[in-house]
Amino acid sequence: MRVTVTVNGTEYTRDVEPRLLLIHFLRDELGLTGSHWGCDTSNCGTCVVWLSGKPVKSCTVLTPMADGRAVRTVEDLARNGALDPVQEGFLHCHGLQCGFCTPGMLMTGRWLLDHNPDPSEQEIRAAISGQVCRCTGYENIVRSIRWAADHDS
Amino acid sequence: MQVPAQVEYERAASIGHALSLLTAPDARVIAGGHSLIPMMKLRLAQPELVVDINDLTELSYIRLEGGELRIGALTTHADLLADPSVAALMPIFTDAERVIADPIVRNWGTAGGSLCQADPSEDLSAAFAATRATAVIQTQAGPRTVPVREFHLGPYETVIGPGELLTEIRVPLPAGAGSSYQKVERRSGDWSIAAAGALLCRDADGIITVAGLGLTAVGAAHFIAAEAEEFLLGQPAADESFQAAAVIAALHCRPVADQRGPEDYKRHLVAELTRRALRMAADRCAAGRCA
Repeated sequence: MRVTVTVNGTEYTRDVEPRLLLIHFLRDELGLTGSHWGCDTSNCGTCVVWLSGKPVKSCTVLTPMADGRAVRTVEDLARNGALDPVQEGFLHCHGLQCGFCTPGMLMTGRWLLDHNPDPSEQEIRAAISGQVCRCTGYENIVRSIRWAADHDS
Repeated sequence: MQVPAQVEYERAASIGHALSLLTAPDARVIAGGHSLIPMMKLRLAQPELVVDINDLTELSYIRLEGGELRIGALTTHADLLADPSVAALMPIFTDAERVIADPIVRNWGTAGGSLCQADPSEDLSAAFAATRATAVIQTQAGPRTVPVREFHLGPYETVIGPGELLTEIRVPLPAGAGSSYQKVERRSGDWSIAAAGALLCRDADGIITVAGLGLTAVGAAHFIAAEAEEFLLGQPAADESFQAAAVIAALHCRPVADQRGPEDYKRHLVAELTRRALRMAADRCAAGRCA
């Protein structure tokens, strides 16, 4: 079936099988490989993108469900060559080791700060509680998001 | 790599359109999709057609009407969790939502989807059963209502037939009710090993006048502890009664051993969580919510 999805502000029209998962549409059809494909069971959260403005695990969305809707991926965080404060935070606070969980953590972190600009450590932990860091580097991920809260303009 | 089998997709433009699409053989409603899509990947569900109802935003609401809490089927877990009137009037749902999956899944998963999935380990079914909620089902001949206690025919099976759609859940609000939901899980966001939900009302003498008890993941028929509810009526709302009811609930449920624990452990949890849920429900009556 034909779908038109707006990804990071650009409209893409493609013919897809209805069963195609959004994460594979983004990575394989559009070449946006910033979003990672992880557990495939909506547990790990590395595939988190925004759909209609809300974070979603894109391994658990059929591409037609995004037809006519807007998707935002990690590729959209940096603007005009400047990193988003959440990305800066991960840089400053060593928020990634292997980097596999990072795109999902960044998208959730950005969404959290957009809705709660001054989150407590506990609120940050709750926000990322559906996402797994296989390096177990949670302390620094929490610090990174907090750093971004302190440096968001 | 897990992908669903071939499936057709239609997006419903109205409730009427959804009902007509749902007359197709092996059609399934998709809303959040966070239970259905994983099951489709595993071929535990293999619909011919999924009918996306996400455009039916008129089914996303929480309102007080007719002395009831009316929850649209498309209301997300996140909306239920954040709603102040739910927290004030029926905190059993706020308690349950806090421990359903994780914040990202709660953004998309819906109250109606949870009920219709009819997963024996799903938390809202027990909460709606404990509160004696009613399901409103739209059919092509008009709406029909079914008590949630009669809604589930068994695991993954409900009374909803072809060409029908759950549109609303109505939760009665008995005067002075207190409620609570208590769950034990292996890790954050997991299914229950066991969970218990309680709703209580008591009269001026402290005698229990309404008792609702829901159990999750332990094989309780219709997600309720009927014998324990019956015992509680007419008893004083006190620890001794709660302890006795907890023992009855643990005796009558039918947990099975699995990777989440052996049967005796689950019965132990049922007793403990039933006691805690009843005590918390009673405390919440006392905290000024009584009429």
